[in-house]
Amino acid sequence: MKLTDTLRFASYAAMGSFVRTLLLVLAMSIGVASVVVLTALSDGARRYVVDEFSSIGTNLVIVLPGRSETRGFNPANLVTSTPRDLTVNDAEALLRLSGVKLVSPLLIATSEVNASGKLRESMLVGTNADYMQLRKLKLSLGRFLSKTSSKGGSPEVVLGALIRKELFGTENPIGKTVRIGDKKLRVVGVLAEGGRGMGMSSDELLIVPIAIAQTMLNTNTLFRILIEAQSREQIDTVKPQVLKTIISRHEGEEDVTVITQDAVLETFDNILNVLTLGIAGIAAISLAVAGILVMNVMLVSVTQRTAEIGLLKALGATSNSVQQLFIVEALLLSTAGAIVGLGLGYLGAAFLRYLYPVFPAYPPLWAVFAGLGTALASGLIFGVMPARNAAKLDAIQALSKRY
Amino acid sequence: MASAEALIRLMHIHRTFYLGDSKVNALRDVNLTINQGEYIAVMGPSGSGKSTLLNLLGLLDRPDSGIYHLAGRDVTTLAPDEQAQVRSEHIGFIFQSFHLVPRLTAAANIELPLILAGINPDERVQRVKQAIHEYGLDDRAQHRPNELSGGQRQRVAVARATVMRPTLLLADEPTGNLDKVTGEEVIHLLETLNQHGVTLIVVTHDQAIGARAHRQITMDDGAVVTDTITNSELNITG
Repeated sequence: MKLTDTLRFASYAAMGSFVRTLLLVLAMSIGVASVVVLTALSDGARRYVVDEFSSIGTNLVIVLPGRSETRGFNPANLVTSTPRDLTVNDAEALLRLSGVKLVSPLLIATSEVNASGKLRESMLVGTNADYMQLRKLKLSLGRFLSKTSSKGGSPEVVLGALIRKELFGTENPIGKTVRIGDKKLRVVGVLAEGGRGMGMSSDELLIVPIAIAQTMLNTNTLFRILIEAQSREQIDTVKPQVLKTIISRHEGEEDVTVITQDAVLETFDNILNVLTLGIAGIAAISLAVAGILVMNVMLVSVTQRTAEIGLLKALGATSNSVQQLFIVEALLLSTAGAIVGLGLGYLGAAFLRYLYPVFPAYPPLWAVFAGLGTALASGLIFGVMPARNAAKLDAIQALSKRY
Repeated sequence: MASAEALIRLMHIHRTFYLGDSKVNALRDVNLTINQGEYIAVMGPSGSGKSTLLNLLGLLDRPDSGIYHLAGRDVTTLAPDEQAQVRSEHIGFIFQSFHLVPRLTAAANIELPLILAGINPDERVQRVKQAIHEYGLDDRAQHRPNELSGGQRQRVAVARATVMRPTLLLADEPTGNLDKVTGEEVIHLLETLNQHGVTLIVVTHDQAIGARAHRQITMDDGAVVTDTITNSELNITG
């Protein structure tokens, strides 16, 4: 029997009981679609987090005030619970280290901004001129903060795109003054639209010199110090130096935490990859169920078509051809299910992206192949037993059944 | 008659079934020689072993002991797949209940043996067309079995059994599900085939049909009781 004939016969056989085939394809496609959509979802989450984290810059070493305690509870924590302030001077000291390219102190607070009678609440970021390069920010108008020593700083502000639109509309804001708190600041630049990072949009930022921010908020302490290493290789040497420098400046007390972007990125990536795998595994259960359904349906089909099998044998079909017919039918059913499921899955993922445009819900390629592979393999494996039953059927007894 | 050129030669064939604890001797020491082109009716009461004999001749069943030569070749020892090939090339079956595949059209049903034999599509189309024409099914070719009358169904079945041009045609109660007139037609059809040289073996209950054959074999309790040649106008071509 030729392969094309086997395919044709098997597909006719499948179409012969249309409802059965439809239900089976549906079951299989739900299995595949769930693998595709669920992995798209979790891989999307992974990508979202990773993108979010890598968009804050490259080769970053980040200093956080306070010690993240990993050695259990220490009674000394009760006494020295308040860490020393992380100061602008600390940041300047770090700039002198070898392998360090840029250092930006960072102070973040919410504040109100007021211009031409319009009031808006927004995020105030105090930093220095290097921040722009470090965070890879883009401007649409004007310039960024001017390079001054971190002690001083002229009263100037760079607006986020949205803030600018809400306060000034289409008007050119450069040179105008806005009020932040009780200070009057001159607008020198506007950020380009669409920048992101660390879970916030740069569209809603007000960027001011660190010294201005500190006086406005009446504080000395920093929220973070961002350090960019010269290269990726330098990160590992910069990190201990940074820690050492801060410790020596803080009277020997290790009261800061230094993290590297790479390490954090990798951790997130790993955790979320495992999550995706786990979710794919859960989705694969539905595929296995669909596979068992294929087997069940094929077994019933063999019983229903006993007479036909007997007839085929009487007409000269070998046991092998009969077996092939049933395996091919099972394979066709699961392939159809897999393809429909793939379509549904991609559609579902596209719908998710339509609902949440920032969320990159693309199914990972490996999951697509794993889903398809599992569908086909289960079709094959669960098709073999019914096919063998069919091939083993006794032709005479099969024929004695009446249509 | 017992020439070395005999189409079928059965020697000391035994076949026993076990139904639960009881032993059923379906065939007991059956010896038969059948020549090419014979027209034989196998008769006898239910359970006399006629169907078993037919299945055995059609290589659907194996004897427990004894030797079966088909066209000079010992087919008892063939592997199942070789037997399938012999069935495909040499033997046509016709069943009481037609056994048409319900989802396939008349033409597709007739095409089945050709497909199973792995014949090229072009040739298949040709041969199916010819068969459909020969059996007067031209306007029924694209109908499914449930849209055909009993007589038409059996004509399709006969067309299917003969499309591979077998030397041996085995018919198990071919008129059992048909009324008298259509039954007559089908028998006539089979007889025409026999006149063209096909060896025809019909299992039947119907005395009238049995009497039309050139040779009558009656069976009882698994053994051949009588074997008479009533009609001398034998059509021996082989």
